[in-house]
Amino acid sequence: MSSTSSTPGVLRQSRWNPYVVGAAIGVLSWAVFALVDKPLGVTTSLTGLAGACAAPFIGADTVAANTYFKSHVFKWDYGMLFLGGIALGGFLSAVVSGSFRAETIPLVWRERFGSSAPKRFAAAFLGGILAMFGARLADGCTSGNGISGSLQLAVGGWTFFLTLFAAGIVTSLVLFGSGRSANH
Amino acid sequence: MLTLAAITPPVTGPAALVAAVALGAVFGVLLHRGGVANYNVIVNQFRFRDFTVLKIMMTAIIVGGLGVLALNSAGLANYHIKAANMLGIVIGAAIFGVGMVLYGYCPGTAIAAAASGSIHAGVGLAGLLVGGTLYAFSFPWIAKHILPVGALGKVRLPDVSGVPALVWFAALIAIALTVFVLIERTERRTLCPQSN
Repeated sequence: MSSTSSTPGVLRQSRWNPYVVGAAIGVLSWAVFALVDKPLGVTTSLTGLAGACAAPFIGADTVAANTYFKSHVFKWDYGMLFLGGIALGGFLSAVVSGSFRAETIPLVWRERFGSSAPKRFAAAFLGGILAMFGARLADGCTSGNGISGSLQLAVGGWTFFLTLFAAGIVTSLVLFGSGRSANH
Repeated sequence: MLTLAAITPPVTGPAALVAAVALGAVFGVLLHRGGVANYNVIVNQFRFRDFTVLKIMMTAIIVGGLGVLALNSAGLANYHIKAANMLGIVIGAAIFGVGMVLYGYCPGTAIAAAASGSIHAGVGLAGLLVGGTLYAFSFPWIAKHILPVGALGKVRLPDVSGVPALVWFAALIAIALTVFVLIERTERRTLCPQSN
């Protein structure tokens, strides 16, 4: 806590209690359901953006003719602005807490795979492709299925949540090994 | 909030767009301050070295779920259940899990992370867009061969089990509290210097 600034201490802490954050996300979901009559979600809107970004590479006609993109047309609607809000919130939060920093190689990755930026970028790019493809196949990501689906007790939401964790655990075993300490 | 929703359900027009940015910003702040816009926190969840993701998700599901249940019972909110296309969800979640560990973020946390300075999160955002495009062009085949398999419809656990929602939440609270107590105990022990 700083005495040199008038910013309240809680706004300057770079981490908040995870239970408090979880409860606040729960309350946020009440607001989203009640005020805008939608579930909290990310990748449905991201699909429209994917189509818009793909257009210069594969042709606007090709995108426009695609069945899936036809039902996910890019527009500055509620969902897209919600994504913009996430970016705004992440940015402001980092700046206010003084934790904005350019991160190229995170610590856990560096300990295992070294400090090659191209290697890390390739993994992030490939991981991003898989995450989005999987999220679309399951019709929702950690937000749309994992949180919004599960909190409505949706069968699909819980199936997603549990399968995602199982797959993540297996993947991290393959990538990082089972070593209980970093000394080995 | 309840009164506001009662007066203007749901928000439409320009107000909805302002609400979208505001609600998104709150989500972005919570993801960032919660620590989940951080590669290490997310990857270490799957390595059982950091339980932040589980703590946040379980608490959000229980608090969010009880509130939405109450709002729905009072006629102030609708459910938005997605179709449980079981084969698609299982394969999709498995691919998603691999991608999430490789990337170190999920789509929402990736946006917050890129905005808070993570360059590799930004690189992965391009991957998300490519993944969305690949899916769009695989969709005709997937819609024919995968999505219809195990298509249960828009079902909830109370529908398929006959167990009421409140009982499900009571069970979830009991499980979550047990898991949280165990996690907090383990974390306290791990923080003790002599355990290194």
